[in-house]
Amino acid sequence: MAASITHRATGMALAAGTLLLAWWVIAAATGSDAYETFQHVANQPLGQVVLFSFLWSLSFHLLNGIRHLFWDLGYGFAVKTAFATGVLVFLLSLALAVSVFWMGYMARGT
Amino acid sequence: MSLQTPLHRVEGLGSAKAGTGEFWRQRVTAVALVPLSIWFVWSALALVGGNQDNALAFFGNPTNAVLMLLFLIAGLYHMSIGVQIVIEDYVHQPLLKITCIILTRFFALAVGVATAFALLKIAFEPLT
Repeated sequence: MAASITHRATGMALAAGTLLLAWWVIAAATGSDAYETFQHVANQPLGQVVLFSFLWSLSFHLLNGIRHLFWDLGYGFAVKTAFATGVLVFLLSLALAVSVFWMGYMARGT
Repeated sequence: MSLQTPLHRVEGLGSAKAGTGEFWRQRVTAVALVPLSIWFVWSALALVGGNQDNALAFFGNPTNAVLMLLFLIAGLYHMSIGVQIVIEDYVHQPLLKITCIILTRFFALAVGVATAFALLKIAFEPLT
């Protein structure tokens, strides 16, 4: 139940996040100044919060989306199974987002 | 209790319009987005901390440019179907609903065309 509304919320967040993707690619096509502006904003604390939220939203929507595809194939409908996979999706998405963000943080530091 | 046939009760309510078409396309784009979004995060991670030259070299590679375009198209198509479903569930006033849906389509097209144009500009621009 919680996973269902979170799937929607993360989907809407990702919809807004397409603007970040567009900004990044357009900045790269525009020039080094535009690219540095994007990087400067992304490196601010607020930018980092936004990037992490985007990353977790993508992780959750991806994993829960796979759960939905299994449902479409007719698997995982038992209440116990559906509950367990729901909890698993929450935990895995958080672990995935934290690890990828940490890898990015390390890459930025060097 | 009505003696009307089930067929007569639904007659005049209008067609099912796109019917299951959007349901199916939502699943097809979802399947495509599983590998594409993993590829995207993996690639973006490699560009963290780099400069514009790194980004130009990355998108200048034809394989990367094509995968990025596919990610963009599948993602924005998936997005416009998903956002439309959310609008249809929560916005019931007909004029407002149709306005929101049209704006969603405009948004997806504008973001898609602008980003694709930037990608193609990088891809076809000779590196100096």
